[in-house]
Amino acid sequence: MLLDRNLHIRAIDTFIDPSVPRERAIITHGHADHARSGHGAVLATPDTIAIMQTRYGVDCAGRFQALDFGVPLLIDDVSITLYPAGHILGSAQVLVEHKGQRVGVTGDYKRLTDRTAQPYELVRCDLLVTEATFGLPVFQHPLPQTEIARLLKSVRDNPERSHLVGCYALGKAQRVIALLRDAGWDAPIYLHGAMLKLCGLYEELGVKLGDLRPALDVPKADFAGQIVIAPPSAIRDRWSRRFPDPVVCQASGWMSVKQRARQALVELPLVISDHCDWGELQQTVHETEAATVWVTHGREDALVYWCRQQGLEAEPLHLQGFEDDGGEEAA
Amino acid sequence: MKRFAQLLELLALTSSRTRKLAALTQYFRDTPDPDRGYGLAVLTGALNFANVKPALLKETVLAEVDATLFAMSYDYVGDLGETIALIWPHHGGTGELPSLTELIDLFNTTSKRDLPKLIGSLLTRAEINERWALVKLATGGLRVGVSARLAKTALAEMSGVELQAIEEVWHGLKVPYGALFDWLDGKTGRPDIDQSARFHPLMLSNPIDEERDLARLAPEDFAAEWKWDGIRVQLVMGAGTVSLFSRTGDDIANAFPDIVDNAQGRAVLDGELLVGQDFDPGSFNDLQQRLNKKVASARHLRESPAFIRVYDLLFDGDVDVRALPWSERRARLEAWFAANPQTRLDLSEVLPFADWEDLARQRRQGADEHGHEGVMIKLRQAPYVPGRPKGYWYKWKRDPNVVDAVLMYAQRGHGRRSSFYSDYTFGVWKGNEIVPIGKAYFGFTDEELKLLDKWIRTHTIGSFGPVREVKKELVFEVAFDSAQESARHKSGVALRFPRISRIRWDKPAAEAATLADMAVFVAAT
Repeated sequence: MLLDRNLHIRAIDTFIDPSVPRERAIITHGHADHARSGHGAVLATPDTIAIMQTRYGVDCAGRFQALDFGVPLLIDDVSITLYPAGHILGSAQVLVEHKGQRVGVTGDYKRLTDRTAQPYELVRCDLLVTEATFGLPVFQHPLPQTEIARLLKSVRDNPERSHLVGCYALGKAQRVIALLRDAGWDAPIYLHGAMLKLCGLYEELGVKLGDLRPALDVPKADFAGQIVIAPPSAIRDRWSRRFPDPVVCQASGWMSVKQRARQALVELPLVISDHCDWGELQQTVHETEAATVWVTHGREDALVYWCRQQGLEAEPLHLQGFEDDGGEEAA
Repeated sequence: MKRFAQLLELLALTSSRTRKLAALTQYFRDTPDPDRGYGLAVLTGALNFANVKPALLKETVLAEVDATLFAMSYDYVGDLGETIALIWPHHGGTGELPSLTELIDLFNTTSKRDLPKLIGSLLTRAEINERWALVKLATGGLRVGVSARLAKTALAEMSGVELQAIEEVWHGLKVPYGALFDWLDGKTGRPDIDQSARFHPLMLSNPIDEERDLARLAPEDFAAEWKWDGIRVQLVMGAGTVSLFSRTGDDIANAFPDIVDNAQGRAVLDGELLVGQDFDPGSFNDLQQRLNKKVASARHLRESPAFIRVYDLLFDGDVDVRALPWSERRARLEAWFAANPQTRLDLSEVLPFADWEDLARQRRQGADEHGHEGVMIKLRQAPYVPGRPKGYWYKWKRDPNVVDAVLMYAQRGHGRRSSFYSDYTFGVWKGNEIVPIGKAYFGFTDEELKLLDKWIRTHTIGSFGPVREVKKELVFEVAFDSAQESARHKSGVALRFPRISRIRWDKPAAEAATLADMAVFVAAT
């Protein structure tokens, strides 16, 4: 077997997104449950390497090797090619080829357009290893533009309140900012300290985000009618007390489930996801033409069940270390 | 319908009572009749459709969605209505939806055969939030954190009419509340409702705080009674009609003809409904059997006769005595009983006691020897005030029994706890195996819930549908009010009102209780 169930490519002793330090690792993208520090050698896209070095320090791996999208790298007789996954900036799918056999590992991915990430490309393969974060038919993501329109309507309707939007610092925050800009919101957007470095990096890498300011040393009243982006943990914490009567928002695929929003004490849930919804997962399984599907982190069971109904071989991979239910990284 | 869907969503997602109240008030102000009346009926749970039931909705969905995928989704979402709203696979854009009034009319007049088609077409036309509201409306059980009282408070805010005045007429009103809104808008006088068969909102008690309250309350100012383990009822004996209401104002007379047919005289009485021969209360289980039946069977009437242990008088004949102090109402109640001999009503005795210590001793003894739930303590000077006024009535429950039991199975919760494993089945040792004795889903904090959820996910040894079986390693200290013999449980024991009192992360499962230990609790009741 070219790839085993721990996402280990035995022929070249290389792991994909390993959860513990390994000699050689291919990293699909910069989220912490995929990109860990301490590996001997890391192969990834230049953007992912930049993100890892920004988050963990330039020495977070023994050495880095950058590989551009679409350029095959031959190691012994195994060929590795990275294709855009559309999840966050630099996120990649991994195509492993050996003697005519093709294995595609999606990493985290989405198929909707997002100008803060390189657009997803379909990778045909024999064995597909797909994520299933939103692998249940109850997940039918709306267009993010309609969700942003709801946010802007709420801002208009509540001019005396500030809007705190809970976003994960890497990927979601920049996407929400870009969506706001594209919807015509030109005002300064205020950022929690945890957002500053990564937004700066996105700008450096060519993603324009407009006027961003730290939410520091601003008189409370001046936040009325403003939008503030912060990590989900901060929007319900003491940190949020500096804002006038905030409307607590959260941008995540989980927000489609009202009970989830209530648990998180979110007043305005925004269903903006950086993963495929159920329909897109099905579409991907079809279009890759894979005969075998391994399903990883998320709701594996439903997608496995559906694949088998389609006559495909399918099984769940119970990989350790990935965020399961709506952890901050995952959604 | 769109306006109502928006209201429901706002209510569901706003935890602030002030904001909920503002939204409700605004809705009642802006919405024309009869839509707002139907909205009020939905919020207070007053609507019930004969044919639109959760099962019908499920059937409608299962015609379009694979049953296994539906079951997996329901298990994940934890709320049937929300699962249906989210999983519906057809989206026909934003066609016009009927108004709330039209919708309710459609639900009531469409034949059973055509209902799935109607519901399917509505779901397809609705946007996601409307779909959610539609399903909630059809299945009842809104879970948007609005009590009937909050809705009435909004009516009071809207109109300036006092809440208590609204409560007074409430149970005589009919959906869609035209007469109520006319009165609140100042167009007509107070609605004229049938006084003789009317429910009067009940006076409720507060739990006593042993440390704070007992030190500052003078025992001589209070009277004590046993706290009975039945259901609270109000018996309204008018001219020619007798009505029996549950504490929420539902008329349950049909299930208890033995009480209604035998009541003599005129009065409005407050008391506890119990079952048993010769005024000797049986188990709550026996009462439950009768409550489950809309109409009593001959066997039930014979084997589990019902009676009311009466403890208060609201109307003496036609005279409203609620403003009188408890001591005077009690004297009138005793005189009324003397004048109107009864076969299915008796008086709840007043317990003499010297001081709080003496009452505490009686409370313990009553619990141990007779299985009493505790005592009620009532201020002798207190008028009868609907709601839960402070300082008048206290309940002093007996200390719970506790047992150390082992977690066996866990299931995902519903509502706010959906997707967390929050429903627990636990058991005690019987030889080398553990047999279940009960289920509990509260008694722990949100933080503990997260830890339990994590423990369960990492200690699962099997799954049966939505249920996970776990390693028999975690001990709960379970508190419960009483234990009964039960044929339904493998252990032969069932606990009443079990809750988790502590999680014993430290205690080895081998040291948990045995079935033999449970015998003493069963014997006590």
